[in-house]
Amino acid sequence: MDKPVNQKAWLLVLPVVVTVAFSAVIPLMTVVNYSVQDIFDPQTRYFVGTEWFQMVLENDRIWAALGRQLLFSLAVLLIQIPLGIGIALTMPKRGPWVSVCLILLALPLLVPWNVVGTIWQIFARPDIGLAGRLINELGFSYNYTRDPLDAWLTVLVMDVWHWTSLVVLLCYAGLQAIPDAFYQAARIDGASRFAVFRYIELPKLKGVLLIAVLLRFMDSFMIYAEPFVLTGGGPGSSTTFLSQLLTTMAVGQFDLGPAAAFSLIYFLIILLFSYVFYQAMANLGKAEK
Amino acid sequence: MKKRYLILLVYIVFLMLPLYWMLNMSLKTTAETLTTFSLVPQNLTFDNYRVIFTNPAWYSGYLNSISYVSLNTVMSLLVALPAAYAFSRFRFLGDKHLFFWLLTNRMAPPAVFLLPFFQLYSSVGLFDTHLAVALAHMLFNVPLAVWILEGFMSGVPKEIDETAYLDGYSFPRFFLTIFLPLIRAGVGVTAFFCFMFSWVELLLARTLTSVNAKPIVAVMTRTVSASGLDWGVLTAAGVLTLVPGALVIWFVRNHIAKGFALGRV
Amino acid sequence: MARIQLDRLAHAYVANPGKPEDYALRRLDHVWEDGGAYALLGPSGCGKTTLLNIISGLLQPSEGRVLFDGRDVTALPPQQRNIAQVFQFPVIYDTMSVYDNLAFPLRNRKVPEATVRRRVQEVAEMLELSAVLHRPGRGLGAEGKQLISLGRGLVREDVAAILFDEPLTVIDPHLKWRLRGKLKEIHERLRPTMVYVTHDQTEALTFAEKVVVMYEGRVVQVGTPQELFENPAHTFVGYFIGSPGMNLLPVRVDGGAAVVDGQRIPLDPDTAAAGGRHPGRLELGIRPEFLQLGRAQTPDAVPVRITAVEDLGTAMLVTVTLGSHTLRVKLPEGGEVPAAEGWLSFPVRWTKLYADGQLIGQGGRHG
Repeated sequence: MDKPVNQKAWLLVLPVVVTVAFSAVIPLMTVVNYSVQDIFDPQTRYFVGTEWFQMVLENDRIWAALGRQLLFSLAVLLIQIPLGIGIALTMPKRGPWVSVCLILLALPLLVPWNVVGTIWQIFARPDIGLAGRLINELGFSYNYTRDPLDAWLTVLVMDVWHWTSLVVLLCYAGLQAIPDAFYQAARIDGASRFAVFRYIELPKLKGVLLIAVLLRFMDSFMIYAEPFVLTGGGPGSSTTFLSQLLTTMAVGQFDLGPAAAFSLIYFLIILLFSYVFYQAMANLGKAEK
Repeated sequence: MKKRYLILLVYIVFLMLPLYWMLNMSLKTTAETLTTFSLVPQNLTFDNYRVIFTNPAWYSGYLNSISYVSLNTVMSLLVALPAAYAFSRFRFLGDKHLFFWLLTNRMAPPAVFLLPFFQLYSSVGLFDTHLAVALAHMLFNVPLAVWILEGFMSGVPKEIDETAYLDGYSFPRFFLTIFLPLIRAGVGVTAFFCFMFSWVELLLARTLTSVNAKPIVAVMTRTVSASGLDWGVLTAAGVLTLVPGALVIWFVRNHIAKGFALGRV
Repeated sequence: MARIQLDRLAHAYVANPGKPEDYALRRLDHVWEDGGAYALLGPSGCGKTTLLNIISGLLQPSEGRVLFDGRDVTALPPQQRNIAQVFQFPVIYDTMSVYDNLAFPLRNRKVPEATVRRRVQEVAEMLELSAVLHRPGRGLGAEGKQLISLGRGLVREDVAAILFDEPLTVIDPHLKWRLRGKLKEIHERLRPTMVYVTHDQTEALTFAEKVVVMYEGRVVQVGTPQELFENPAHTFVGYFIGSPGMNLLPVRVDGGAAVVDGQRIPLDPDTAAAGGRHPGRLELGIRPEFLQLGRAQTPDAVPVRITAVEDLGTAMLVTVTLGSHTLRVKLPEGGEVPAAEGWLSFPVRWTKLYADGQLIGQGGRHG
């Protein structure tokens, strides 16, 4: 779309900038402050420069958690995005069932995150949980508290259960925003169902898919409450993701300096990946000539 | 046609099972939950719900949550709509960077914001108010709202704007009577997400409140007692937290489902 | 190119229609001749888009049949009907180039690539799109995109009819004439049957050879633009066509004249006779262009008071009151307009009588 240049548009954007910047700048300054100082008490502070950053980057546990986290987020994206699109395509477009579907889909999103972990904690137990019992009855030996792979799968399935609806709702709204005329023209042109998906639906979903990918990546990369409540990071440290490690450092061990440095690095990693996703998807459309 | 509804049905059943299990647990005593496996409660009890309905801390928790979440949703939408329009229709200095920067505010672990926000809101006397939590939540809801709305707005051909101006519409009238109905799916879904993310947010809501504005999510964390976690009451509260959100999506369902209707054109 | 016949066609969106109001499209029988250029004119909600979608196959009628060259196509889906449709706003495949957009309908039908190339180039040349063939489709303006939509229809050699659903809606007003001209050109060159839906009478009257006027789900009149102007069969046609529309006065018939507020307006004998026979509500209709206004009294003229005079540039629009009724008169530019009072003449030839909205008497169907 050809957009005219209009600096007065800043007036429309100003409220947003003010509210968000106001909320963001102060914490950022605080974190940076903490990350370059060693603070024993308000009176005794030493500037330590990059010492905390070096400590963080040399910490093996952090690298291990980063690896697990990347794997987890990758799995989340690979499952939830296609699944979300697929389910959105199966949903009815009109009629009484639309409301029912929307409400039922929305329910997993509305459960407070610690309660999600709590439910799955019982739900997946082999003795008193529906899923746990069922899986063991089917012949698989499944115990998420003992087996690292089982724990991983459980956390993954829990996340899919919890968050795929976000992708579905976004894609569904995106699909509904496609005017009927496009489908009608495609019928007249004799397009197959797959061609309709490829040439009409998918291109028009690009906007919502970008949001879905970014949101799911960011939120899964920062995931804390659900796995912590479910597995506590275990067995061992097999499901200890980055956020949990950070919280342990900041709250448990009370190492504010390293924790602040860690927070900044954490933020930069997410920023980097998000920027890459953003550029990649923004250019995807331009590349097709 | 049938096959696709079968897939949808299977998926919805998958979504409902843990929720059914939560309902199941909420109607049992904690002891029963932890010792026996039963698909329906052996000793059906409404005690858990009774605890919630009779304890003022619980239902005031609900009211508090509903208050600040509604406030936040409205404020976020009001602020985000003009900004999204600007991003969608105009180019201006720094627009691409600004757009991306907005989203970066969701990229930091929330724990980072706790102490600074606590100091900030205390110093302006907003500690323990609904307004404080509503404002604090705007940090992550406003960028989301702007991003989603911009996407939907860009899907509306600019020719429609121009036709309206030529027909003599003033900007407010055009925006309210023509433009907004065209993006109603986007507005509906944005409203729901703002509601949802604010509703479930725990850390900030708990940090910025103590008594007067304590949200339900914070009250629920108090179900840990000396004898361990009170599964019964916790799951009953969990069931009840679904209700407001379900209502919200029921109210916006028509907007999400209607999508693009060419109205007057 | 085909002759499209609508046989006892009607459509109701509700399941069991009982009253006429349940029907979006009331019973109609109509033939669109092969190669004709038709406009389907009517206000929003009159059923014209419903009718268009029934012809194209996007909608199945609840009653009646659609026949193409005598063949019953009512049950056939759009892609088997050899029609093309251009919609209200540009519908193109964003991810494809202009070339691929035009080639799409052919490739879906497994046409050999060599034929595809030939057809696409032919159509592109006709629509003056050859220069942008290899650009991405989404880069073009609204006009270009509508041309692509049209092109997708023309590129299939077996296209029987092209249907247009208000295609100029999003085109810049001062560019509309260009696209209209292109459509006329295509029509003259290829002679497809064209049906053009619009609510804009200027578009309809300039584009079509014959205009079908619809109102509340009914076809009210079919005729050339001139016929519709001079001889409206229904008060709605009188009102809708012309700017401003026809003047309507409630009258009763006495002897050989229409009577309103004590004034007598002469009618021709057939019309007067029909009016005398008719028990229902009678209205007298005459176009502002045909009324004559003068300072001096002439035989059969009625006294009126002038309330407003508007200079339209090419004409003068005078608002007068006759008793308790308001009429508008269109006089040629530079003509003499009385100041406060004048005498209004109703030429018998152009004075029409309507009973319950329908034209009766001279020119009408009912006797």
